[in-house]
Amino acid sequence: MTKSWPRDDGGAVTTLASVDLTIRRGQFVCLCGPSGCGKTTILNLIAGLETPSTGAVRVAGVTVTAPSPERTVMFQESALFPWLTVRRNVEFPLEIAGVSRAERESRAERYLRMVHLWRYRDSHPHELSGGMRQRAALARALVSEPAMLLMDEPFAALDAQTRDVLHAELERIWIETGKTVVFVTHNVREAVRLGDRVVIMGTRPGRVKRDLSIALARPREPNDRDVASLSAVVERELKIEIEKVIREELDDAWTPAGTDLSGGADGAVGGGI
Amino acid sequence: MALALLTGVKSGMLPRAVAKSMARLLVGYTFSLAAGVSLGCALARVRAVKDTVGLLVLGLQAVPSVCWLPLALLWFGLNESAIQVVVVLGSLLSIAVATESAVNTVAPLLVRAARTMGAKGPTLWWRVILPAALPGVLSGARLGWTFAWRSLLAGELLFVSGGLGQVLEFGRELHDMALVLAVMVVIIALGLASDHLLFGRLEQRVRRQWGLDRS
Repeated sequence: MTKSWPRDDGGAVTTLASVDLTIRRGQFVCLCGPSGCGKTTILNLIAGLETPSTGAVRVAGVTVTAPSPERTVMFQESALFPWLTVRRNVEFPLEIAGVSRAERESRAERYLRMVHLWRYRDSHPHELSGGMRQRAALARALVSEPAMLLMDEPFAALDAQTRDVLHAELERIWIETGKTVVFVTHNVREAVRLGDRVVIMGTRPGRVKRDLSIALARPREPNDRDVASLSAVVERELKIEIEKVIREELDDAWTPAGTDLSGGADGAVGGGI
Repeated sequence: MALALLTGVKSGMLPRAVAKSMARLLVGYTFSLAAGVSLGCALARVRAVKDTVGLLVLGLQAVPSVCWLPLALLWFGLNESAIQVVVVLGSLLSIAVATESAVNTVAPLLVRAARTMGAKGPTLWWRVILPAALPGVLSGARLGWTFAWRSLLAGELLFVSGGLGQVLEFGRELHDMALVLAVMVVIIALGLASDHLLFGRLEQRVRRQWGLDRS
């Protein structure tokens, strides 16, 4: 499928050029790429928030035309409703779906306990820390028991420690519930840490550059050696793309810092050390 | 003046006038609030409405409410409707403008999130957009209340309306400075009370619950 946007001058910007992805049920897929590669666009297309210019998104054979509680989305910000308590926020999708009160309460409780926020059920979002808000958002995404969980850099705004904890939690919950997860990130380590599969995306226009399967045992450790070495592989792939983006954003004089240690400007051997 | 206030209250003249004015205000203001919020929402979200009446609303908002009086008198004559028209026109537009900007500044992310959870149409409005805009709408409503109150008194000055405005005019005709001042005190007291006790409290509570007072 492709996605392009009309430009003010009548032309079109193509954010995605012929992307073809097949995601298996229950798979944890990470989309990884520099900014502007269209990874969020892919997520919005799957969610049904946007429609592809050509091609289609099909989930279990059915073409996606609109958002559905079968595919819930988690954003970089929690997007919790500030006027509702945590519990009412988590119940919100069920209320929209017309689920009975008793059922709502029991399901909200189950998922709030799953993310360890039951104690804070009557707090308002602004009383929680960033990590807790993302936990609440995760509970809200899970409560309608979707087949697919779409995550758009959900932990990017958190500090590193909180993020590590939430990675472990997400991995545990994913193993427990067996959801299909599409996880967008620009953090390579995060992608390798979490995914069964890391899709590396290229930019201008957005396309799939490489599709790596990560066959590491679970649960994984953030500082595991295999995670680190696979991250290095992905990092190398991405570096070219990232440099491409920076070159377009900055002026022509910019060149990537060299890693060549053998010679300096004066030509002396070892001058770069 | 205190004496005038006391006799006014004792004779039942002031309480009656206050009740009359308040009843009138409530009717006009309720209408303004409902129409103003609806108009504001339409201005914010319906392109055609914005393109057609958008400029008109901004322009009319600049008209002081007293300036509506001659027109209202020509249309409706010296009666209740004329006062109500002035009250409504005086407050509706500012409520509409405040609502429009409140709806326009609702975080798009909240709306997107709600859409992914299956909310759309009237549900989206009732459950997400209006609550998200409530703090802004409330400031508009508070402003609208002040405008309605001012317009009402201006309207009541004109004829035998039975309201506070008429008592004020009555005092002027009798050269009764004490009575005029007493009525002014009542007007100030009512204005303060409604603004602070009713709207101030409500606004504060909403802002606190929405988490707006802590940052």
